[in-house]
Amino acid sequence: MSPSELVQQLVNALSLGSIYALLALGLSMVYGVLGMLNFAYGELVTITGYSMLAATSLGAPFIVVALVGVIAAAISSVLMELVAFRPLRTASFVSLLFTSFAVAQLIQGGFRQAVSVRSRGIPVPELFDEAVQLGPVRISVLSIITASAGALSLVALTAFMRRSRSGLAMRAAAQDFTTARLVGVRANRVISLAFLLSGILAGIAGVLWIARTTSVNPATGFVPVIQAFIASVIGGLGNLRGAVLGGFFLGTLEVFLQALLPGSFLPYAQAASLLIVVAILYVRPQGLFGARAESV
Amino acid sequence: MTDEPGEDHTADHAEGSPALLVVDGLTVSYGAVVAIRDVSLDVAPGEIVAVLGPNGAGKTTLLRTLAGALKPQHGSVTLDGSALTGLVPEVVVRRGVVLVPEGRHVFAGLTVEENLTIGGIARTDRDGLRADTERWLTRFPILGQRSGQMAGTLSGGEQQQLAIARALMSRPRMLLLDEPSLGLAPIFVDRIFELIQQLRADGVTVLLVEQNVHRALKVADRAYVLSVGSVVASGSSDQLVEGELERSYLGIGRAG
Repeated sequence: MSPSELVQQLVNALSLGSIYALLALGLSMVYGVLGMLNFAYGELVTITGYSMLAATSLGAPFIVVALVGVIAAAISSVLMELVAFRPLRTASFVSLLFTSFAVAQLIQGGFRQAVSVRSRGIPVPELFDEAVQLGPVRISVLSIITASAGALSLVALTAFMRRSRSGLAMRAAAQDFTTARLVGVRANRVISLAFLLSGILAGIAGVLWIARTTSVNPATGFVPVIQAFIASVIGGLGNLRGAVLGGFFLGTLEVFLQALLPGSFLPYAQAASLLIVVAILYVRPQGLFGARAESV
Repeated sequence: MTDEPGEDHTADHAEGSPALLVVDGLTVSYGAVVAIRDVSLDVAPGEIVAVLGPNGAGKTTLLRTLAGALKPQHGSVTLDGSALTGLVPEVVVRRGVVLVPEGRHVFAGLTVEENLTIGGIARTDRDGLRADTERWLTRFPILGQRSGQMAGTLSGGEQQQLAIARALMSRPRMLLLDEPSLGLAPIFVDRIFELIQQLRADGVTVLLVEQNVHRALKVADRAYVLSVGSVVASGSSDQLVEGELERSYLGIGRAG
């Protein structure tokens, strides 16, 4: 791999990694506060896709389309908790896990019935397909946009978690939910906030995801939720900093396996990256980045 | 730590001053196991009242129920005449009752100052909050020196001071202290009991659960003795001679 190829691949890794980081953060955030794995999380990406489709068909410019996608995911995430998970607040981990599977199936089925099983194309600005030439290095505009949007979101989230009272309440609740309530943190509010942030993260990641795939179908959310799960497990579930690092790790791993594996092995790139993840978890079951840490 | 209140409270408690906290016929079970049965007690404003008794007597259950963390099967809890029964912990805090849980439970991954800030999360007066944070960081110099440090790096005694300061950040009318001296070095036990004594001057009413009977009776006006989930003795601290307490501890204070 030449130095210029290396730089190109690094930018790609950063770009894919930031999508995974955002996805993993959203999943991990809810896990941190509630101790539940929301497998309907991927459907938030699907919802982002279909709302982008709807906004596009109404002729909105892409920036508005993207915004609609994020807002739809955020609202859906909060509603999902209110309708499906809140009534089961005291239920076991497994009950909540299965409830989230049910929610995922319901949403997928809804889109299959209401729209179509087939993929629908979502047009993205032509600019996304272009590349900029920096000396010997060609970098795709979409990669730059994705990496920047990811970085901006991470900075904004970190500032919110560190500086605001609500962020402090969430960090306290993630460490010790009962004690947080005993000092006055409102359980329902902090849980709604966790789902809101989780939805915003899924929405931003969803827009970036759709911008790469340029289409949506009822099963669109499957790969994102799996990648989010893997990345947050690598980082240590519930550990927000770990989720980000896990996301970038997974993105880098995939991009470089794609680039380095000989052509006939390419169909197995995904499997190879999962094998490596399994090997890591065999050695470090708590994830690469230690036990459940508390801060962002 | 020698000044007793002018008024001698008896088990029938303070004449003239209506009770701040009234617990009436409280029964709490975990599934089929009854942890406390038909417990009644009251605390007058400004009083320090101790709850004594052996392990498993239901002391922690009592405090956690008062704080809203457990739901009683029967009975009622009222603060200044309004019902607290059935309220969730975050609402109980807003009514003015706050628990310092057994084992301190400071937020280990938050800084000392953040622990204080979260203690005032129920309040909206930002200026008052800032002033109170400063106040407690000054009152507990060790916390002041370590305000930016993670609370998990503090010693047990320091964490206990932080846990109490965190609870006081909510400006409670009623402070529930669960085993504040448990597992602390002797010097910190002294500091904690001095602090409880000082709280009286601040007008904070205290319900104190303690293993350390001698120290608890020194600082408290009155005490209740719990055994196997029921009140078996009560009275002013002077009246509760240790012989009687020891009999209660052995479970022969009263049958059932």
